[in-house]
Amino acid sequence: MTPVLLQLFWLFTLLSMLAFGGGAGVMPDIQRAAVEQYHWMTAGEFLDMFAISRAAPGPGSLIVILIGQKAAGFPGAAVSFVAMFLPSCLVVHFVARFWHNAARSVWKDVVERALAPVAIGLTFASGLALMRATEHGFMPHALTVGSTAAFAFTRISPLILLAVGALAMLAVAAL
Amino acid sequence: MGNRETDRPSLASLFTGFVRIGMMSFGGGLAAWTRREVVQTRGWMSEQQFLSGYALSQLVPGATNVNLAVFVGTQMRGVPGALACFLGLTALPVVIVLTAGTIYLHSHTGVWFSIALSGMGAVALGMNLGLGVRLSLNNIRRVGPALITAGIALSIGVFGYRLPYVLAVAMPSSLLLAWWTRKA
Repeated sequence: MTPVLLQLFWLFTLLSMLAFGGGAGVMPDIQRAAVEQYHWMTAGEFLDMFAISRAAPGPGSLIVILIGQKAAGFPGAAVSFVAMFLPSCLVVHFVARFWHNAARSVWKDVVERALAPVAIGLTFASGLALMRATEHGFMPHALTVGSTAAFAFTRISPLILLAVGALAMLAVAAL
Repeated sequence: MGNRETDRPSLASLFTGFVRIGMMSFGGGLAAWTRREVVQTRGWMSEQQFLSGYALSQLVPGATNVNLAVFVGTQMRGVPGALACFLGLTALPVVIVLTAGTIYLHSHTGVWFSIALSGMGAVALGMNLGLGVRLSLNNIRRVGPALITAGIALSIGVFGYRLPYVLAVAMPSSLLLAWWTRKA
């Protein structure tokens, strides 16, 4: 592998293993490495990639393939993809197998009941942290709060609300 | 648990289920889409099973939603199931992201595009927060677990504490609490 491919591989393997609680937590580290340390792109380009990977369907962590592509073309994208997902997928696969094979017992019930409030707390935590990091001004906050209520208490299709969100921001910008 | 062989979804339906999840999730909100598909629409898992898997996917390092796909696939059909869910979730989005990236980075007409994207991102955040509200209403019935949920949400989401430290306190507390209140 060329030095750039090795750098990509090592960077994303390491960061995926440090990404406790999801990929969003290591975004600042990815930005620092891609922009300041390795100079693969400008800060503006990184923000564009962040927006694309978040808005496009699929996991937001796919930003790594855009960074890989910018740094080293298609091989860079492929190496980044494998480095980001293979190690963590292997870990979760073995955790899931262990979990599946563990017999129904008092301790499994205890762990299951202990995990529920943690999972829900982390859901709120990552949502709130992303809100603080990415949303500025009245409209984005209003959209997030409104759609939180809509998703919690109605059966409205998310696709309709996503369209409303896009149109609302465009309308505000046009006025 | 206790699924008979015939109850397990086929590899093809695992794959198509996660293709749907991947393709619907504009702007994020993947956990909410996954619960919708896995628990509500297809009934592959109970809410309790989903919640454990969701928690473990968050606790294992790496992208939570990709981890969740691998968790569901492994539970349903072992290694082939994990591969089916992983590829279902990522294959088309990879093509879309690379295509969008190539177009966007070579044109400079992206202002309106990025404004629309920010609106979709705001709604998708609401989708995950709404999932949190729903899961709370369905699963949290006592003061203790409610305090743990609120503690994690506020310490990380509002006060900006680092997640490993918060978990180092919250996870043992939650385990102790669940142990004290265990059913015989």
